[in-house]
Amino acid sequence: MLGNYYTFPELLIWIPFVTGLIAIFIKNSNSVKMFALLSSIATLVVSVISLFYSDIAHHPEFFYYSNVSYVWMPYIGSSFSVGLDGMGFLLTFLTAFSYPLIFAATYKSERKNANVFFALMLLSQAGIMGVFVATDALLFYFFWELALIPLYFLCSKWGGEKRIQATFKFFVYTFLGSLLMLVGIIYVYVHTISISPDSNHSFSLHAFYNVLLSPHQQDWLFWLFFIAFAVKIPIFPLHTWQPDVYEQSNYPSVMILSGVMVKMGIFGMIRWLLPVFPVAVGKFDHFVMILCIIGILYASCIALYQNDLKRFVAWSSIAHLGLMGAAIFSTNRLGLQGVMLEMLNHGINILALWVVVDIIEKKTGVRKISELSGLGTKSPTLAIFVVIIAFANIALPLSNSFVSEFLMLNGIFHFNKWFAAFATLGIVLSAVYMLSMVQKTFYGKANALVDKVKKMSAGESIVLVILVIAILILGIYPEPVIHLTQSSVSEILSRVNIR
Amino acid sequence: MNAIILTAIWGVVMMFGGVFLKKRTTPKYWAIAGILIILIANILEFFGHSIFNIDTKGMLHFDSFGLLFNSVIFICTLLIFLLNGSDFEKIGLHVSEYFSLIFFVLCGASILSSFNTLLLLFLGIEILSIPLYILTGSDKRNLKGNEASLKYFLMGAFSTGLLLMGIALIYGGNSLGSFYIDAINLGKGNLPVLIAAGLVLLLVAMSFKVSAAPFHFWAPDVYDGAPSVITSFMMTIAKVAAFAAFFRLFETSFGAMQYQWQMLIAIITAATLLIGNITAVFQRSVKRMLAYSSISHAGFMMFTLFAINEAVSKDGLLLYAGAYSLATIGIFAIIIKMTDYSIEGFNGLGKKQPLLALTAVIFLLSLTGIPLTAGFTAKFYVLMAAVKDGHQIWLVILAVICAATGAIYYFKVIQAIYFKEPLPGLNDEIVVSRSFKWMLVITAALIILLGILPGLLVDWIYY
Repeated sequence: MLGNYYTFPELLIWIPFVTGLIAIFIKNSNSVKMFALLSSIATLVVSVISLFYSDIAHHPEFFYYSNVSYVWMPYIGSSFSVGLDGMGFLLTFLTAFSYPLIFAATYKSERKNANVFFALMLLSQAGIMGVFVATDALLFYFFWELALIPLYFLCSKWGGEKRIQATFKFFVYTFLGSLLMLVGIIYVYVHTISISPDSNHSFSLHAFYNVLLSPHQQDWLFWLFFIAFAVKIPIFPLHTWQPDVYEQSNYPSVMILSGVMVKMGIFGMIRWLLPVFPVAVGKFDHFVMILCIIGILYASCIALYQNDLKRFVAWSSIAHLGLMGAAIFSTNRLGLQGVMLEMLNHGINILALWVVVDIIEKKTGVRKISELSGLGTKSPTLAIFVVIIAFANIALPLSNSFVSEFLMLNGIFHFNKWFAAFATLGIVLSAVYMLSMVQKTFYGKANALVDKVKKMSAGESIVLVILVIAILILGIYPEPVIHLTQSSVSEILSRVNIR
Repeated sequence: MNAIILTAIWGVVMMFGGVFLKKRTTPKYWAIAGILIILIANILEFFGHSIFNIDTKGMLHFDSFGLLFNSVIFICTLLIFLLNGSDFEKIGLHVSEYFSLIFFVLCGASILSSFNTLLLLFLGIEILSIPLYILTGSDKRNLKGNEASLKYFLMGAFSTGLLLMGIALIYGGNSLGSFYIDAINLGKGNLPVLIAAGLVLLLVAMSFKVSAAPFHFWAPDVYDGAPSVITSFMMTIAKVAAFAAFFRLFETSFGAMQYQWQMLIAIITAATLLIGNITAVFQRSVKRMLAYSSISHAGFMMFTLFAINEAVSKDGLLLYAGAYSLATIGIFAIIIKMTDYSIEGFNGLGKKQPLLALTAVIFLLSLTGIPLTAGFTAKFYVLMAAVKDGHQIWLVILAVICAATGAIYYFKVIQAIYFKEPLPGLNDEIVVSRSFKWMLVITAALIILLGILPGLLVDWIYY
């Protein structure tokens, strides 16, 4: 019914884009904060409604619903095609869900040029939504780069002292990766068979899925695409930009970067890398998995010794994402299903962790673990939240990531027992560093800073409550998410296993 | 034909009219009126209405590609006049002469977009270049300008000598004994020694004109020494017109034997991209950095020559010419208003002049090749042409690595504009009029429009 007039994928892009442009003109910083919050809630409402129309049970065909296409560049075979499948619904929901929480949690922060700040945040949401809904390779690339530009300005203008250098490194790294992917996209395009009479080749997703490439071609094309996604996620050894950027950026930007943007990389691998180059995936899966597992162990070991809270969260994020990367390349149902679930869960968990770090830094003014101690004595609610969030990051049963990490490890185990053993070591290490961080900062003797953390603002409390409830609910009953993404997983696997 | 004759006439009109004009500010209005008339006449000719019917015995051939190129060049010149018209008066005393020389350059450019015989190629190149030699040194009291002018003249004359030798060899070598470029089109596998030698000499001469490496050594000094308005004109219109000639010549005459010379072009392209991008990273002056980066853009345009038999390369050249010219004209318009050209001079522009800063960022993003700007669609078309051709994929990968290094130096300026505090003493006062700001907005809007819908320009080739 709704889909006949204006479809969900487009609305999800246009609402943040238009409100982002309008936000530039709202000079009063309080009004623009409220405006941005309302806009992100509107996007969330659209996303939730779209979930009800997803109706995967009756129409499990891939991309059944909300697929729309406009003429854009017909003579080269590219159209403005957007569509949602199970994985797309999941990730657009994650994006739509994250932004209001980010705005609410950081509501009290004062910013210079707030109108430009919130405009850039909303524009970045539009770009990220575009990446998740694009079903045309050129449009995908367009939004992939476009999502980067607002974040470049956000991280460079508001943040720590060395932010300009760190963000610049991030930008050049990502830009180089994306350009290599552009060459790959064009090369695959040249070998597609067109579906429309206007041009000889096509950029559409279906054309890309049906392209015939020789194993030799697939080899180097695989690496071109892989480098672009690996820089985004990041996968060892292309991760060196990440700790610096996370440390120097302002909290809303880093929440977007770690909560949503990394999912762009994972999504890109699942949607655009695995099905298009199945032979190359089969050839390089061991190598990539070894890289991912090295990343997990390396990042976990470094997280053990981190003193700065932001860098700590950054390294733990690399460890979790290494596990996701490994699970993707296990290319079996359990692993991929686990990745789908983990994308949502990691988004929630890392967002919760950042909110906690933000609260700590805002109230006490310090980020160093060595200077914090006994925060839990005066603020028991925050301590309870932190413990639940820490358990979620460790993947304790009853938390959401237990199910997803269990599925992922299962998938890796079916692929290779030894890899699974080393990956599980990563979970053990995550327990060590996470619990030691919580213990050092929240327990132990109270010091002078403790009194400052007594009161949390309304926004922060609501956000933490919502996130903790989400952690627990998804931990007990993750079936809706699995059901939503089942058909996507089947579709991807059917293409990957044609080797 | 309209464009050729009208530009020549208007050049003479401006030259002699300058004697009768009392005020120094009037010539630019005459120039704007002239370029508008010429643009409209050119568009009319595109739709079939030609004012002058002169039988050129097939020496000039007007097709949609050539006329479209003319239109792009004239629109860019119009933008230069509108944005920087008042800066022409600051160069020297004889203002209307500078404008008339520019019209003569445009006459040469119009010939180059429609030539059908090697004689007219030579004529067009000379008519294009000689006024530029004069314009480069038009600020007579500036020592750098004098040096630039002499360098340009000597290198240009030398390369024209090579061009003539190449033309002579081709005339002697082809079986029909003809200068017409479509008569030289020999089939594959049929390359007599004289024609091969002539081809190489033509390649070298044209590479000189478009500042492709290793024949680029004149470009940074000439672009840096010339008055900035003239640099803005030279870097865009003169280079683009030379590329149009290069493309036209090689597509018609030597397109069928592409495999013979493709490797040469590949090496030239690789060298141009590497030299242009790597040296630009180390520049401290924005004007010189843009000069080196123009060499790297020439490298991208060489890709269209590399993939000359693909239909997309024509689209790509036209689009790249338009996108690169608009962005360069825009960023130069802003530079000209400043007194200090170093990167630190841009510090804090976001606070001093927000609109200038925003448009400057759009121009710089277009030069880098970020999507949503014309620079991206242009690079995309060019890369698509190269990949479709299929040979030497390593060259395409090298090109994107160089494009990524391009981000380094362009983003240094963006960082200075928005993220650094202004330094006292550098560009404290930047005085711009309202009409200037409007023109910048229009230029930026054109860039974004071409970035979203490149078909608006490119589809007209197939009219």
